Amino acid sequence: MNEILTILAGLGDKLSAHVLLAAAALALGIVVALPVAVWASRSPPVSKIALGLASLVQTIPALALLALFFPILLSLRAVFGQGLPTLGFLPALLALALYALLPILRNTVTAREQMAGGVLEAADGVGMTKWQKLRLVEAPLAAPYIMAGIRTAAVWTIGAATLSTTIGQPSLGDPIFAGLQTQNWALVLAGCIASAALAMIADALLGLIERGFAERKGWMVWGGIMLAVAGIAAAGLAQRPADDKTIVIGAKNFSEQYILARLIGQRLENAGYSVEYRDGLGSAVVHEALTSNAIDIAIDYTGTLWTNQLGRADNPGRAAMYDELVRWERETSGTLVMGRLGFENAYALAMREDRAAQLGIETMEDLARQAPRLTIGGDVEFFERPEWIKVRDAYGLNFARQRNFTSTFMYDALTGGEADVISAYTSDGRVAADRLRVIEDSKGAFPSYDALVLIAPLAAQDQALVEALNPLVGAISVEIMREANFAVDRLEDKRSPAQAARALAAKIAGKSAAGPAPNSGLH
Amino acid sequence: MNQAATPKAPGPLLQFENVSKKFADVIAVGPTDCAIAAGSLVALVGASGSGKSTLLKMINRLGDPDGGRVLFEGADVRDAPPAALRRRMGYVFQGVGLFPHMTVAENIAIGPRLAGGKASAARIAELLALVELEPEYAQRMPHELSGGQRQRIGVARALAGNPHLLLMDESFGALDPVTRDGLGKRVRALHDQLGLTTIIVTHDMAEALLLADRVLVMDGGQIVADETPQSLLVGAGGEIVQALVAVPREQARALAQLGAAE
Repeated sequence: MNEILTILAGLGDKLSAHVLLAAAALALGIVVALPVAVWASRSPPVSKIALGLASLVQTIPALALLALFFPILLSLRAVFGQGLPTLGFLPALLALALYALLPILRNTVTAREQMAGGVLEAADGVGMTKWQKLRLVEAPLAAPYIMAGIRTAAVWTIGAATLSTTIGQPSLGDPIFAGLQTQNWALVLAGCIASAALAMIADALLGLIERGFAERKGWMVWGGIMLAVAGIAAAGLAQRPADDKTIVIGAKNFSEQYILARLIGQRLENAGYSVEYRDGLGSAVVHEALTSNAIDIAIDYTGTLWTNQLGRADNPGRAAMYDELVRWERETSGTLVMGRLGFENAYALAMREDRAAQLGIETMEDLARQAPRLTIGGDVEFFERPEWIKVRDAYGLNFARQRNFTSTFMYDALTGGEADVISAYTSDGRVAADRLRVIEDSKGAFPSYDALVLIAPLAAQDQALVEALNPLVGAISVEIMREANFAVDRLEDKRSPAQAARALAAKIAGKSAAGPAPNSGLH
Repeated sequence: MNQAATPKAPGPLLQFENVSKKFADVIAVGPTDCAIAAGSLVALVGASGSGKSTLLKMINRLGDPDGGRVLFEGADVRDAPPAALRRRMGYVFQGVGLFPHMTVAENIAIGPRLAGGKASAARIAELLALVELEPEYAQRMPHELSGGQRQRIGVARALAGNPHLLLMDESFGALDPVTRDGLGKRVRALHDQLGLTTIIVTHDMAEALLLADRVLVMDGGQIVADETPQSLLVGAGGEIVQALVAVPREQARALAQLGAAE
């Protein structure tokens, strides 16, 4: 419990960012929904179309809606120029505002249906113009219903705003995503508690305003509004002004990325830079974010870029692949591939040692023979990736069942028996810790996955920055990376990514200075 | 508005000229001509769907005719914007439609307020007195009132702008018989006292006969009879009309016999 309180106390930045994002999205939703609702209440076809579209938006999972705004904004750069942000606040704002439309729209349209027909006829009968009717009769009578809609929208928006972490917008989702990934439940709970508390406070304030409208008590309406505005203003003041010189480090949603981001961040801080992290970015988002300078530094892997960015299916070998990538990144966007860190985080199929022995599986050919009786588990993107399709076809793998897990739970699924084979990562500490057998890829169907440091085109011009990071090139062996990953991933005696990064840095320094590192305290 | 409603105005206060209206393919009002003199209390009587409400709503433009025109105080009602036109007429209908978020006083004062003015507390009290309600009702909310009281407020609201013309569309339809009778008599008294021209739409022939100076009977979108109550009672107007008159007459006769038998 104390741990959660400590984490909660440190969430001020995320909370204020969350409040501002949700408030802005709600405000935008209201500004769009109200005029549309007024129009819809006067025209049944408009009502049908508007409510239909808003409902359709609602069926898109919030996570997907947020991610969709990345390519949309990217394509809009053709119109608005390169200055248009594609990650962070803007796409989160747009997606959440779209999400907030439906409850406001629906309640406003319903409000009009709830109005006794006589009241509207009387408004005409006493000689009101359309505008007077809206202002004197329709608006005051609809206000409680509209407020109820805004209340629903507020609770949804605050909840869904946690997902904006995935597109690089700081929010209370940051601790939730980081905690889920590293199985740090205190972190997850702290994020959930903060976001739920925020939603409840917003709901109570808006509820007060709603009651004020329904019972026609002005002090309730104004009191609620003042408190809400005060909260938003406090969040605005709490936000540190953005520093232009801040280096933004992006990380995908797994422990190794968190650790390496911290390793890089700590180095840069030592060199006098201020640093910000964008954790939990989607794999597809990271590369675009980097090449468009939305983030400054990212770690990626040769095989991933080779298939996803270059769209290549061939395998020219490790060195040729790297050289080609360096050239391609330089020529297409000016992004600098600084170098290889020294280890590979390749995809590999892995099984429990005892199960593999029992079935007599050592190579992929062995696995292909047993596959029709086995269940394969993959991370959420694995079965869509060209690498898997290539491997599957190379060995004729035909599994009985295919299941998706988040990368954290994949290992639990294997030890728990929900899956017989998983798509493991070779740098993952759990491969050794869980005594897993990595099935031998005798045909070399999986490409190589050398970890790379990439620097965005603009940041790459900063010579001091490149020099600060240069010592990392070739400095991280797969053993010390596994050890760092395991320190974060294991269930007992967990380390935070920042702690693991410091330990990793000590090892790197020790190795380059005085041979093998002394006991780092990781175990 | 400024020219006083003199009893001997050069033309009728209200005139329908060849007006007609269809809903989809159904004729609601056939081509109809009718003139209504200032100061008269006219009842428009007919069954549901006979076109009586449709005809009434042409006057305050809650439903414009497809053909023909309506003249009010000599000018086509479509010459002015509907909102301005309606402020010159009182309108009371079955639903009443008091604004539930406004006090009784605010409801009554809405017409003057829309016209850019303000009704004083004394004026509100005066209007409440016209419909036989105490001044204390001014600060009540509509949901605190009985149906009859609401309808009285509806009448007071309609009179607040000093209209020359009062339009009543089945205004008493939802009230109990005792309240209905009292309110009917009150409206007749106000009509005489304020020198109004009043048109009452009703399906109740007895009400029409007892209150009006002139009864227009509608059937199938046409005015099939245009008579005084007295001449209707002595058999004018034709078969359909006499069937309607027969109902209250038979009831009165049956009640009289019942009383005599006691």
